Order: sequence, then C-alpha cells, then structure tokens
Amino acid sequence: MRAAMVLSVLLVAAILAGCGGDEASGPLTIYSGREEELVAPLFEQFTEETGIEVEVRYGDSAELAATIAEEGSNSPADVFFAQDPGSLGAVDPQLEELPEDILERVDERYRDAESRWVGTSGRTRVLVYSTEAVDESALPDSVLDLTRPEWADRVGIAPTNASFQAFVTGMRLELGDDETRAWLEGLKKNGAKTYEKNTPIVEAVAAGEIDVGLVNHYYLALVKEEQPDAPIANHLFAAGDVGNLVSVAGAGLLSSTDQLSDAEAFVEFLLSDVGQRFYVDEAEEAEYPLVAAVAPPPGLVPLDEIEGPDVELTSFGAELEATVELLRETGWLS
Amino acid sequence: MIRVAGGAGALDVLRETATVELILDTVLLVAGVVTAAIVVAVPTAWLVARSDLPGRRLWAVAAALPLVIPSYVAAFCLLGFFGERGLLAGALGVERFPDPTGYWGALAALTLSTYPYVFLLAQAAFRDLDPALEEAARGLGQSRRRVFWRVTIPAVRPAVTLGSLLVALYVLSDFGVVSLMRYDSLTRAIYLQYRSLFDRTPAAVLALVLVALTAVALGLELRARTRGRLWRAGPGAARRARPVRLGRLRWLALSWCAAVTGAFLVLPAGVLCYWLGRGLALDRIGGLPWNEAVNSLGASGLAAVAAVVAALPVALLAARYPSRVSRALERLSYAGNALPGLVIALALVFFAARYASPVYQTLGLLVFAYVVRFFPQALSGVETAFTRTGPRLEEASRGLGRGPFATTWLVTLPLVRSGLLAGAALVFLSAMKELPATILLRPIGFDTLATEVWSATQVGAYSQAAVPALVLIALSAPVLWLLQGERSTLAEPG
Repeated sequence: MRAAMVLSVLLVAAILAGCGGDEASGPLTIYSGREEELVAPLFEQFTEETGIEVEVRYGDSAELAATIAEEGSNSPADVFFAQDPGSLGAVDPQLEELPEDILERVDERYRDAESRWVGTSGRTRVLVYSTEAVDESALPDSVLDLTRPEWADRVGIAPTNASFQAFVTGMRLELGDDETRAWLEGLKKNGAKTYEKNTPIVEAVAAGEIDVGLVNHYYLALVKEEQPDAPIANHLFAAGDVGNLVSVAGAGLLSSTDQLSDAEAFVEFLLSDVGQRFYVDEAEEAEYPLVAAVAPPPGLVPLDEIEGPDVELTSFGAELEATVELLRETGWLS
Repeated sequence: MIRVAGGAGALDVLRETATVELILDTVLLVAGVVTAAIVVAVPTAWLVARSDLPGRRLWAVAAALPLVIPSYVAAFCLLGFFGERGLLAGALGVERFPDPTGYWGALAALTLSTYPYVFLLAQAAFRDLDPALEEAARGLGQSRRRVFWRVTIPAVRPAVTLGSLLVALYVLSDFGVVSLMRYDSLTRAIYLQYRSLFDRTPAAVLALVLVALTAVALGLELRARTRGRLWRAGPGAARRARPVRLGRLRWLALSWCAAVTGAFLVLPAGVLCYWLGRGLALDRIGGLPWNEAVNSLGASGLAAVAAVVAALPVALLAARYPSRVSRALERLSYAGNALPGLVIALALVFFAARYASPVYQTLGLLVFAYVVRFFPQALSGVETAFTRTGPRLEEASRGLGRGPFATTWLVTLPLVRSGLLAGAALVFLSAMKELPATILLRPIGFDTLATEVWSATQVGAYSQAAVPALVLIALSAPVLWLLQGERSTLAEPG
C-alpha cells in the first residue's frame, strides 16, 4: 500500500509539473502534416541557418487542421505546414496574411489568392504502374480512360485521401460535376480498389495486387527506398489532361502567434534557395521546388512542361465539401 | 462532449440505408470477434489452469503475450504474411493469394490482439475457483460432466463475460485494423467524417449510435454476470484444485496450444523479425529508440496508477454499497472506452485549449486522456477482485469496531491487491499501444514507441517500424507477469 501512496504522490507531482510547463515564448511551434521521415532534416537546416529553435508536432494534415480549428485563438501553433491546399484552406480564417516579398518568390498559381498561405513544394498527380504487368505502349492517354473495360479490376485509388480528393476537385472545376460523377461511377463499376492513402497504392502495384494506381509522383521514390528492385514507374497522361493536376504542399502563419517575426523567417527560409534546394538535393523523395531560380531534380519532367487542368488551388479549401459529397453519393465514402 | 447540431439532419443520417448497413456490419464484426475470442481463450485457459498439460506455465505466458502486440501492428503483419503477394505466397511459390482484407482479415487481426483479455480473466477464474464447490456438487451425486456445466462454467461466466465486454469495447473503438483491412465499420466512418472540418452532424450521430451499441453490450454483460454470484460463505481458505489428468488427450491439447501460439504470437513476431532483417540488409536501421521507450513507459505507468486510483471508489461503491446511482455511475464510465480515440482526443483538444490552456499539450492531459479511454479496464480488474472476495471479512471488521475507512484501508485493499495490479497492468498495456489520442495530445516533441511505429509506416518504411514495434513488445511483456503471477490472497493455501 505504501508503494501505491508514493506512486500517487508522484503522479500528482508530475501533473503539477506538467501544468507549470513552457509559456508562449521560446521555440517556434510548427504543426507539420508532412511526415517526419521526410522533413525533419529541413527543420534542422532552418535552426542551423537562423538559430531559431523549433518544436514540431507531426500528424495527419486534416487531423491537424481539425485540431487548429478546435483550439481556436488559443492554438499553440505558430506555423501550419501542410500536405495540401485543402487543409490550409480549411483553416484560412485563422491564418495571417503573408508579406508580399515572401509571396513574390512563388508563381501565383501556387499560392492563396488572398495571401494566407503559400506553396512550398510542388507535386504532380501521376499513374504509377507495374512495369511487369503493363506495357508502356498500353498506358492510357487520359485518366478518363481508366473506366474502360481493359482496366477492370486493375486500378487502385485512395478516395479518403486529401490528395485524391484534390484531384477530384480539379476534375470538377475543369469538366463539371456531371462528367466527374460519371467517371467516379464508371470507376466503381470497373472494380477499382480502394486504399487508405498513396503509399499503400504504390506498394500494392509493386506487389502485383493491382497494375496501376492514381498517386502523387514522389511516393515512387519512397517505396523504392524500401524495395529497390520493385518493378514500378510513373506515367504522366497526355498534355492538358485533368489527370496531371499539379498541387502543392504549403505553409501558413497562425494569426494567434506571438512570434510573428520568427514564423515569417521560417516561411522565408522554406522559399529561400537553401530551403528549396532541399527538395532537389537532400530529400529522400523528389519534389518540385517552386522558386524559379532552383532547377527541378533530374529525371522529373519540369513543372512548366506539365500541362494539367487550368484550375485555382485557392478555391480547393472551399470546394472540398462539394467534392466529398460527390464521393459519398457515388459510393466511394461510407 | 459531442456537439450535435440540429435534430432534423440527425434523423436523416439515421434513416439512410448506408447508416443501417454500417451498424449491421459493426455488430457483425463485434459478434464475430467476441465469439472467436471465447472459442480461442476459454479452452486454452482451462487447459493451463486446471489440467496437467505439460509446460502449462510456459503456454500460459505464450497465450497471453499477443496482448502486447498493438492491433495495427498485428494487421500489418497479417497483411505482410497472407497478402496477395505476401511472404506466404512467396514461400509457397503461388502466383497470387486471394485478397485477405475485409471481414475475415479484420476478424483475425482483432481476435489476435483481444482474445488475451478473455484468456487472462478466464484463467484467473478457473485457477481461483474453490474446488470445494465442485466437490460439494460431486458429493451430492452429480456426474463429472454435470458438475462442469452446472458449477465450473457458471463460476467462470462472470469473468468470461467481463473479458468479452472488454473485447467488444475494443472492437467498437478500433480504427487501425478496420482501416488497414478496409472494412467499413462505424468507427472508420466517424474518423473519415471527423477529419473533414465541415458539418460534424453525421459524425456526432454515428458516435451516439456507437454509444448506444456500448449500452447494449453493457446490458448483455450485466445480465450474464448477475445470473448467480458465487463466493465462499464460510470461513477458511480455498485450496488449489488438483489438476485434471488429460491422459491420451494430451497430444490433442498440446497441438491446440501450439496452434494458438503459432498463429497469434510466432507469426506476427516472425514477420517483424523478417522486416528487421530486411532493414539491416538495406542498412536502414538506426540505434535503439531509448528516449521513446522512456516516454512510453513513463506516460503509460502514470496512466496505470491514475486509472486504478480513480477506479477504486467507483468499484467500491458499486460492489459494496449497491444502489441505482452507484450502478449507473459504474456503467456510465464504460462509455469512454467505446468512443474512438480521435473523438475523445478532439473533444479534449477543444476543451483544454479553450478552458484549461495551462494543461493543454502537457503530459498531465495525455495521462488524463488515457484514463478516460481505459478506465473500464482498471475498473474490471478492481471489480473482479471485489466480487471474488465478498463482503464477509469487511462485515466482520466492522462488527469488531473498525470504522468504514479503516476497514477499507486495512481489510478491503489488501484483499483486492491482485485485482488492482491486474487493472493497472491492463491500462498500462493499452496506453503503451495507444495512438490517436497520443498523436494529438502529447507534449510537443514527445515521441513514444507507438508514434515511432506510426511515423515509419506512414511512409511505408516497415523495416524502420520493426525496431520500435519489437521494443514495444519486449517492454510490455514483463507486465503480463502482474496479470498472471499474482493470485488472490484468499486462495493462497495456509
């Protein structure tokens, strides 16, 4: 019993100690929807460069956006570094306007029209395919072709994943709701398989469970890291196809921050030559830098040569609800 | 905790056929897992507790060990092994296996990580059952078979139903397995809804349905439990029962135990070791995760102590001063266990960030979240102990002039010590594996073994997930001893 008493005293002490924890100032707090495995070295570089310490909370982009919304004006976060424009758009009332000189570095297409967030790296939607099961000449020119009979039971998608939903939003804005609905229904009829997110799709293609899958381009490099001999490759659709949506990961500053200058320094760093070259030189995965002065990684089709749908990423946050509703109606979400 | 919007929209959600299907699918999964867990656990528990099975101590540990394997790790391992082009298909040289995901995949992974709840409680009940009860029945002219069905089974039924309840609550709230196995359950639907920021009404309604299902499970458990309580009426201590001789059936019993252990322990551990080997070959393994291990142990240890301290008064009230209020209080506390971790975590985020910002994202709040989630497990341990010891000794103490507090302190607590330890151990093991609340509520930079496994599997780096997963299992395993080594004080000979 004495042990139990000692333990309970310790417990109370621990909770009290926890209460007295750090106040608002101190290290910069970043909520990162981007995976630790990918971006931790980038944060280290920032601290080396500027001397500003950072604390990072990693999580799923959408869950972190929900967290920021629940926290409201008491959010401990100073910066939100997210995987997709949708998550940033979802909390944009809580984001601070970014200074013009930071924004200018990035093409207008890749930032918020009202300056509340800015893209920091680019990625394209691609069709990942099994080089064993699919001949290069048989690859489709358009993502719309995947509803044809020859692709029955061979396609993988991730309908609950933000990146797939962003692609569907792009399709809705480009082709309209009716055509998008028809495509989603056709895909259902064609027996497309669902996965939780991009990585399992690429793994499933590598394992031969499916022959092709709709993903972001850089997951290929991640899976190759774990399985160097996997028979997989990326395929871009024909120029101008809605399947070639170019999207961004990006960052925004919380209005509730009390470290505005440090937070701005962080976004500035992300868009500096050093921060941008990270995606080319350091990263395990190969993403597109968004600052024109930094050349893309070798082996990737340059961003301005990819012709995708002509849509505004800014509207993606607001359009997400209609996209999710359409996915629900077509039976892709339950 | 749940902020439901309007009533009209809510009713619409309930009326949709998709919702009805979702509820049916969830009930099917819960029923399937509970049945499978009982089928696996009860015979094994009887064998290790009441028979002369060779090496039964070893089997007892091996059969309980899967409890320390997080269910999402179990699912990963099963998929890696039985996948369409998994290890087994590769080893057999088969071109492609049938798709293992869906109902049966979810059932297998959830059974693997939950049957030990039933096993541990049933094993303790078989072991502590006073043989005098069975002997009395034999003396009254009943056959062996009748004694088994009329005395032994009813005596362990409360323990088995309580274990089944824990299994049911686990299945209701689990997200990892159903998402990996792509099985549509209520919790998966709630997660998908909660992740989107707009209209939360459907999610809140589904969460309420989940609470209603919990109430049904609690009702069933209560009915099964109160159909007869047994405790020694007279003075004196119970003996240990003499082991039943298996004779030629021994080989059958041994192969049963080997099959259970092979499927539920050796297989997942083997897959993890295979990934570890691949990681070493690719040179992707760093050092051992010391910091994360310390964090996991600390947070889980605090949660275990806090949950038991919180469970004591509730169990005491319910067991010794039964009234409608105390019953309701006890039942109510089970609700938290069936709600998905993400729902509880976001509710705590909302509450703490706005009204208790000093504790927000501190270790204290994380521990509190663990207590909310795993309170019923602490309660089950404490309550089982109270039920088994009975009120007689306390009444004697009161009769001899001790006050209620002195009696609780001097008589009751020592008697239920093993139950307290068992409850604490259950909470500890669950907190070690917990993921959704940990991710959102942990202090910033506070990595645990579970979050390490999560962040590696996020990017498909299974070889890097293997190390923290194996460390998590290795650190949790000794705690099982608390659940098995301790025996109730009254049952001690002498």
